[in-house]
Amino acid sequence: MTLSSPYDFLSVQEADFDVAHEYAQLRDHNSQDGAIVFFSGLVRDFNQGSDVTGLFLEHYPAMTEKALAGIITQAKQRWPLSRVRLIHRVGQLQLAEQIVFVGVSSSHREAAFEACHFIMDYLKKQAPFWKKETTRQGPRWVETLKKDEEALHKWQQDDPKHS
Amino acid sequence: MINIVFFAQLREQLKSDGLTLTIATPCTVADVQQAVLKKHPQWRDFLANPALMCALNQDIVPLDAQVLDGNEVAFFPPVTGG
Repeated sequence: MTLSSPYDFLSVQEADFDVAHEYAQLRDHNSQDGAIVFFSGLVRDFNQGSDVTGLFLEHYPAMTEKALAGIITQAKQRWPLSRVRLIHRVGQLQLAEQIVFVGVSSSHREAAFEACHFIMDYLKKQAPFWKKETTRQGPRWVETLKKDEEALHKWQQDDPKHS
Repeated sequence: MINIVFFAQLREQLKSDGLTLTIATPCTVADVQQAVLKKHPQWRDFLANPALMCALNQDIVPLDAQVLDGNEVAFFPPVTGG
């Protein structure tokens, strides 16, 4: 699956990203949209009861971009989005580094807020990434959270196609 | 020939990132799982875990999805990206 619009962008990369550049790409030569919403996720120093010192992000290379493109397509089917930009990093990350960027532009803010939230919730449950944290007690794989499952169900219940 | 791949904690538990198996097709993802366990019965505690997710040709599918010759089947723990 590939992205249908030249204004959309998807990247799975080891390198860091520049939020200012991503925001400019959502905004430049764009007079039709009244709203941009973006989210960036960071490596924090405490998770699931342990002091975290770093993070390794594993993924399934053959599947990752396909899964993310599918999530972008679903979001564009539900909301009128002009531009979507999604970056997810893989490999070794240090504390406070950026992990993920999701940015969307739309004519209205409600669509932009909801679509950005939707993309993050789906990404957390359906894109093949796994976090292995290094902690003071040794390395450990991050466990899936019930609240992420519930977040996905909420979108499925809100979708007229699923009700 | 079916290409089978493992990721993350499951890959570490099995000490294997995958294998290829020749089995009768069409079959289901569950049949592929059973064929792997027949060859590697010591993997049962990890590979028979109902919490695992599976993908067929890089799409998340349920265990009853139909597998054809040449397909890739992946097993992995619940994803934790974002």
